[in-house]
Amino acid sequence: MLAKLNYYLKSFLFLELLKGMNVTGRYFFRRKITVQYPEEKTPISPRFRGLHALRRYANGEERCIACKLCEAVCPALAITIESEQREDGTRRTTRYDIDLFKCIYCGFCEEACPVDSIVETNIFEYHFENRGENIMTKKQLLEIGDKYESQLAADRAADAPYR
Amino acid sequence: MDFLVSIWEWLHEYVQYTIYNGVKVVIILVPLFVVVAYYTLAERKVIGYMQIRKGPNRVGPKGLLQPFADMFKLMFKEIIIPTNSNRYLFIIAPIITFAPAMAAWAVIPFNDTLVFADINAGLLYILAMTSIGVYGVIIAGWASNSKYALLGAMRSAAQIVAYEIAMGFALVGVLMVGGSLNLGELVAKQAGGIGHWFFIPLLPLFFVYLISGVAETNRAPFDVAEGESEIVAGFHVEYSGMTFAVFFLAEYANMILIGMLCSLLFFGGWLSPVPELAGDSIGWLFGKTAVFMLLFLWFRATFPRYRYDQIMRLGWKVLLPVTIFWLTVEGVAVYFKVPPWFS
Repeated sequence: MLAKLNYYLKSFLFLELLKGMNVTGRYFFRRKITVQYPEEKTPISPRFRGLHALRRYANGEERCIACKLCEAVCPALAITIESEQREDGTRRTTRYDIDLFKCIYCGFCEEACPVDSIVETNIFEYHFENRGENIMTKKQLLEIGDKYESQLAADRAADAPYR
Repeated sequence: MDFLVSIWEWLHEYVQYTIYNGVKVVIILVPLFVVVAYYTLAERKVIGYMQIRKGPNRVGPKGLLQPFADMFKLMFKEIIIPTNSNRYLFIIAPIITFAPAMAAWAVIPFNDTLVFADINAGLLYILAMTSIGVYGVIIAGWASNSKYALLGAMRSAAQIVAYEIAMGFALVGVLMVGGSLNLGELVAKQAGGIGHWFFIPLLPLFFVYLISGVAETNRAPFDVAEGESEIVAGFHVEYSGMTFAVFFLAEYANMILIGMLCSLLFFGGWLSPVPELAGDSIGWLFGKTAVFMLLFLWFRATFPRYRYDQIMRLGWKVLLPVTIFWLTVEGVAVYFKVPPWFS
């Protein structure tokens, strides 16, 4: 009986509704957490998996030895590799294509690579303007690697203790 | 100037009358459109703030031009008419929703003299006009020839019919205290400070009116007619471009109308709460209306949507008995002339 009366009193005085409105009312004056994207950016983890790059050694020699482990491990079959023997007897790729439309950015290629050649950078703001631009060639990938080498090395160094 | 006056006098009396009234309509409707436009922005901003977001702030300084960006986008979009829809009803539905929402503003007094049509049965006219709006929703749902739209229309029809009764009864209470159907006279009856406003003797009816007002305008938490999460957008799924915009224009105009009616009927309209300190002015009316408009947004930011059967239960089994009970109490009070409100 008393519980029922209590229930009616509660609902007719809008106690719970007012409680809810109090919460939203307080949040109205809270500091806003919006990140104004192009001007502000959220911090990016060193493990972030964005656009791909091919790295070189400090002496300028490309790291990739055309072992094709990345091609084999790629679950989306986004990587295509062709290789041949160079004059100095080492095996190098002649073609290293990544189809970014197929790629699912899983990072398996990076994991599989025995020489840390194929890596994923933290670049996520890129676009294509023409058909076919989604296929990254070996030349483009090496360029990205050259351009962001310092960042890539720093990210790898930061993550190294956890590997 | 003389030239213009001579042209004016040369015009036929009826033409003069038409132009004169046309100008008055424009004077009421253009500010209304501007308020509606900025109300949409205010809604996005307020709800954003309550969700600790910033809301739109890109178009113009602080996002103040956002409503115009939205408006131009909607104007230039294609109006898609579904192949199997009823073309005539499909186009006329938004107009049926929109026209009464605008027409209801004719009898709203902004001041003791500032009223477009000072008719005796103003309140009845408003009830009639706001009720017609539901036909737009039902016709829209029917003409779209789509499952979701039809479901939305059916929900909306049942809901609006249910809440219309509670709403009408709540207004009967106002009539009993005020003794008039003219909105200006009803406000005049509340003269003499905050203690004389009708919301004190009619507190339960005020809440009933506010709640059914929210339900009547299909606003959260009673927005099952739209119900984005279950029937995508209800009655206006198939609408695009300007036809879609017209539905929203009507919805927001109705929200402002309900807010303004609340302040006129229960909170003394343009009357000052403390007449000794501050005089009556149109500013009070707009201020009170703004508070109710904010409440609409606050409700939407706070409450989850009612389940459909709960809406029906609330309308028929809670609000209606409450109004009838309070009307009885009020009837007794009016009969015995209980001061200060019923004398």
